[in-house]
Amino acid sequence: MALALVLTAALTAPLKTSTAEAAVADDLLAKYKASGAKGFDAGRGGEMWGKESKEGKSSQPRSCVTCHTKDLKQAGKHAETGETIKPLAPSANPERLTDAKFIEKWFNRNCKWTYGRECTSQEKGDFLMFIRSR
Amino acid sequence: MRKWKLKLAVALIAITCSVFAGAAFADSDDDGHEGDGHVSLIPMEKKSYSGKPHVAPVVSERYKKECGSCHFAYQPGLLPAKSWEKIMSGLEDHFGDNAEVDKEQAAWLKDYLVKNSADKSDAKASVKILNSIKKGDSPIRISSTPYFVHEHHGIPLTAIRDNPKVKSLAHCQRCHTRADLGNYSEHEVVIPNMGKWRD
Repeated sequence: MALALVLTAALTAPLKTSTAEAAVADDLLAKYKASGAKGFDAGRGGEMWGKESKEGKSSQPRSCVTCHTKDLKQAGKHAETGETIKPLAPSANPERLTDAKFIEKWFNRNCKWTYGRECTSQEKGDFLMFIRSR
Repeated sequence: MRKWKLKLAVALIAITCSVFAGAAFADSDDDGHEGDGHVSLIPMEKKSYSGKPHVAPVVSERYKKECGSCHFAYQPGLLPAKSWEKIMSGLEDHFGDNAEVDKEQAAWLKDYLVKNSADKSDAKASVKILNSIKKGDSPIRISSTPYFVHEHHGIPLTAIRDNPKVKSLAHCQRCHTRADLGNYSEHEVVIPNMGKWRD
C-alpha cells in the first residue's frame, strides 16, 4: 500500500510541475493578449532572441544570447559578474516558468538592459512561447 | 556493576554535549531585526571557526535570493545606511545593470539593509569601515571605502584584475573562502590560480 502511494507520488510529481508551468505561462499570455497582443509565435521569439541591440545601457551590443546563450538547455553566464545562470528551458530546469512575478521582474530588467525600453506585450508573449518550446 | 558504568558514560556524553553547545553559541550575536519580523540570533555556522565574524553574516534567505542571484550577497554591515539608501534609489542603473524590483520588495530590502547596516553593527569590520568613511560621503562601492582600500593595498594585478578566476575586487567570495559567513580573515584567503595568500 505504502509502495503504491510512493510510486504514484513519484510518477505524478513531474506532471504536476509541467502543469504548474503551463498554468503560469498561459495566465501571462492571456494577460498579454488582453493588453492588445495578437497571435504569439515561438519562431518570432527565437528570432528576436539572437538579435543584437545597441540601445541598452552598455558599451557593447547585446541580445538575450549575451547572457542566456543560443541553447536554452545550457547554463548561461551573467555578462558583468560572470555568475552562472541556470538553463532557461523548462525541459532542462523545471523551476522555469512557474512564477509569474519572477518572469515579469526579469522581463522588466532585461528588456531595459538590452533594448533600453520595456518589451511590448507582443514581444513578451513571443519570448514566452519560445522559452516554453525549448 | 555494568549499570553504573553506563550511567557514567551517559552523564559524560551529556556534559560534553552541553559544553560544546555552549561554545557554539558563545559567539552568537544578536544582530537585531532582520526585517523578517522577528529578532534572530546568528545560527550555528556551517563551518566552525573561532571568534566573531568580521561582519555579521547574512541569514535572511529573502535577501540572499534577491541580491545574491547575480553577485555575492554582500553583508549589509559592509556599508553605512546612507550608502544602501543610495543604492536602493538607483536600481535601474545598478553598476551598469538593471536590478529593479517591485515596490514591496524594494521597501523590504531597504528596511533590511538599513537595519543591518554598518552604523547599526558592532562587528569589527563594520566599525572600521564606518570610521574610515569621510563625514558626508556615502560610497556605493564597498571596494572604495577607505578601510577596504587600505586592506587590499599592494595586492598585485595578477591576483585580481588580470586573474580570470577573480577579475574584480567585487567578487569577495572568490578569494575569501568564508566570505559567506562574514569571515574575511587574511589567513583564510586562497587566491585561485595562485594559492594561499601570504603577506
